[in-house]
Amino acid sequence: MDWVNAAVQGILLGGLYALFAVGLSLVFGTMRLVNLAHGDLTVLPAYVALMLVNAFRFNPFYSIPITMVIMFVFGYLLQRGLLNTIVRSGDIPGVIVTFGISIVIQNALLLGFTANSQGLDAGSIENGSIKISDRLAIGWLPLIIFIMAVIVIAALQIYTQRTKMGRAFRAVSDDQDAARLMGINNKHVWAVAMGVALLIAAIGGVMMAIRTTFDPLLGSQRLIYAFEAVIIGGMGSSWGTLMGGVILGLAQTLGAQAFGSAWSILCGHVVFIIILAFRPQGLLAKTVTA
Amino acid sequence: MILGFGVLVAIVLIIFPLFGGIPWTRRLVDFFTLLALAQLWNLMLGYAGLISVGQQGFIGIGSYTLWLFSDILGIHPFVAVIFAAIGGAIIALPAASLVFKLRGGYLAIGTWVLAEVMRLIVANIKRTGGGSGTTVQAASQLATETRVPGTYWWALGLAIVAIGVTYFLLRSRTGLGLEAMRDNDLAAESSGVNLWRTKLLTYVVAGAGCAAAGAVVAIHLLRIQPAAAFSINWTAYLIFITVIGGVGTIEGPVIGTLIYFILRETTSQYGEWYFIVLGLLAIVVTIWSPRGIYGYVVRKTNFFLFPVQRKIRFKGAGESPPTQVESGAEPVA
Amino acid sequence: MSLLEIQNVNAYYEDFQALYDINLKIEEGDIYACIGANGAGKSTLLKTVAGTVIPKDGHILFDGKPIDRMPAHKRVELGIASVPEGRRVFTSLSVHENLLIGAYRNRKGPWTTDAVYELFPLLVPLAKRQASALSGGEQQALAIGRALMANPRLILMDEVSLGLAPVVIKRIYESFDTMLESGCTILVVEQDVQHVLTVASQVACFLEGRIALEGPPSELTSEQITAAYFGV
Repeated sequence: MDWVNAAVQGILLGGLYALFAVGLSLVFGTMRLVNLAHGDLTVLPAYVALMLVNAFRFNPFYSIPITMVIMFVFGYLLQRGLLNTIVRSGDIPGVIVTFGISIVIQNALLLGFTANSQGLDAGSIENGSIKISDRLAIGWLPLIIFIMAVIVIAALQIYTQRTKMGRAFRAVSDDQDAARLMGINNKHVWAVAMGVALLIAAIGGVMMAIRTTFDPLLGSQRLIYAFEAVIIGGMGSSWGTLMGGVILGLAQTLGAQAFGSAWSILCGHVVFIIILAFRPQGLLAKTVTA
Repeated sequence: MILGFGVLVAIVLIIFPLFGGIPWTRRLVDFFTLLALAQLWNLMLGYAGLISVGQQGFIGIGSYTLWLFSDILGIHPFVAVIFAAIGGAIIALPAASLVFKLRGGYLAIGTWVLAEVMRLIVANIKRTGGGSGTTVQAASQLATETRVPGTYWWALGLAIVAIGVTYFLLRSRTGLGLEAMRDNDLAAESSGVNLWRTKLLTYVVAGAGCAAAGAVVAIHLLRIQPAAAFSINWTAYLIFITVIGGVGTIEGPVIGTLIYFILRETTSQYGEWYFIVLGLLAIVVTIWSPRGIYGYVVRKTNFFLFPVQRKIRFKGAGESPPTQVESGAEPVA
Repeated sequence: MSLLEIQNVNAYYEDFQALYDINLKIEEGDIYACIGANGAGKSTLLKTVAGTVIPKDGHILFDGKPIDRMPAHKRVELGIASVPEGRRVFTSLSVHENLLIGAYRNRKGPWTTDAVYELFPLLVPLAKRQASALSGGEQQALAIGRALMANPRLILMDEVSLGLAPVVIKRIYESFDTMLESGCTILVVEQDVQHVLTVASQVACFLEGRIALEGPPSELTSEQITAAYFGV
């Protein structure tokens, strides 16, 4: 039965990874930019939430909508002010600049908050769980996070498929020169896309901060998990990213169950490597090239 | 004249440990190790278009392979460096087959994942000392007067070999292939350049070189530890060096390493601020001067120390070459 | 006041000069054809009006307003729409979505998706199909419809007949009348002289970056046109 427990934990963990991954994938899909600072941009909102909670002394859950707005604006300005200049420059400047941003964020957080682990206290919900049977209990918080992930992905699908801006995302991604001739302001569209990506990252980042502890250097690991979820699930598919996250989560929790917790992360990497080796386009791929 | 100056510099460098003193020689070990790494990173990035943020994986593998061969198998540390290089090359092969399935930024993260995998495997094996690492006994048993100059000559040798390999690779047919690839993958492929093999060769050479550097670092520091040996900071330094010095030239990494080194010696006690400055500089330079600070200088003076670009000579004086073509065959001296 | 005035425009691609001192006027209601051999500069002229090429000197006035330095996407708001060379439909969007994108700037006017479907009934069964799955002729109709969705006052067409069967080309030219009725003026660039001269009200023949001949087709002989086209 511990296996069942581990499996459930894995699926729920997958929801969190999907939340981290969706933003990375959105930015790549709209502007071919791989944002190496993405992981850190899920840690940053946790610190923003921390500051809000310290200032207003309310339940951290209330900080989520405020943090979402802040991160959207930050993402918009970051893209418009900085990243738009390198969007058309190819892969290498993108990697270097976003890597630079990652270093700056991590060290700025270290300066401001020290390397100590922090947490956001949301009260009893953190430890509450639903008892399914004698051996199986599902934590409230992991369940909420998973449900949030599903809602967010569904909302993003609707946004990209049915709204004017979502159509613009796809048009600009297809052909940015033709998009301009249709009256689309590419710089604005890219900035909105980054804003949306960071808004989603904020949801994941703050919820994760409530569930467990966080520190300035966590971003690198998160980037890797997000990346693995995207690759496993297949690029170009939001639901694929959810599936990728779930598979990664399962690999980690089942790996811990089988070999001990020291091996859990490595098991995740191994599953990622196997999928990369035998089905590099991912499990639910829409696009063929990686 | 340049050649004469170069020979003089070379002689001074080679005999340095005999008069330079231990502390300065140690500093130069750091310098040349970093220079070797930077040249290799530059080779991968500037000529094969491979963005690796995972070379720390090979550095770490090199350190631990060194420990394996010298402490466990009893081979002299200075000889074990060679085995470390071979180890790096062997691991680079399957690594490449995985990582080459990705492109661009995703390839970069892929290399990072592999480095993490290597770190986790090493950290989870108890025999290596696990997370807290171990001492390289065979190296610590060497007298300082032997060990420091020895590591110096290895580091200097690696740097020279890295520069030499880069230089000769580029002058050969393989080199033309690499340059073509840098400029346009599709065009290069359709003109018969074997993309895959050229990229693989570059990746393996870099893997071997980084592993050798890692082995030298292990002897130099005496203590190895997964968190440090496989640290992403290695990549951070390399990115910074390459950005400052510019990509695609041979002297670029030299200049970059020099500047980085000076910065480090003067400011690294400021910890986080130091890294923030590095990061901001990398961002600013990439956006405003994509060829690096050195590239900016080159543009103004047209001075190339190691000529690897090919020059098109125009018959008829007074005609300046079109701005698109990279010029510089003979050094202007 | 002319709808579009091009004054002394010089345009370059890097060091290569593509347009030398171009002057022309387009009046509302014109079907203005720019013809000429490959590389003569006619497409470049279109691009300076659309905004993808910025002229080095000279002015472009739309309704009296200078637009030569205005970013391309802002010009759509003023009423300039493009049917680019090679169609450039959005491949991952459906036909219907492509049309909706054309209306991104929400300009008021008679053109709606229904109106476009009426003009090009061949698009109706394809409405939900992904644009990449369409044939050349279907994509061309889509590209034109997409431009019309912007309710433009001036529609720029770059080589719409390229690679299409004559019967398809004929159908496209037949739609020009409807466009004019809705208030569009048409600036069309073509290599295929024969078809476009049957509908054009004005023609300018480009040769090596200059206008070699200009006037209403009815007043020009085919010898004159051939001479101007080939530069003999």
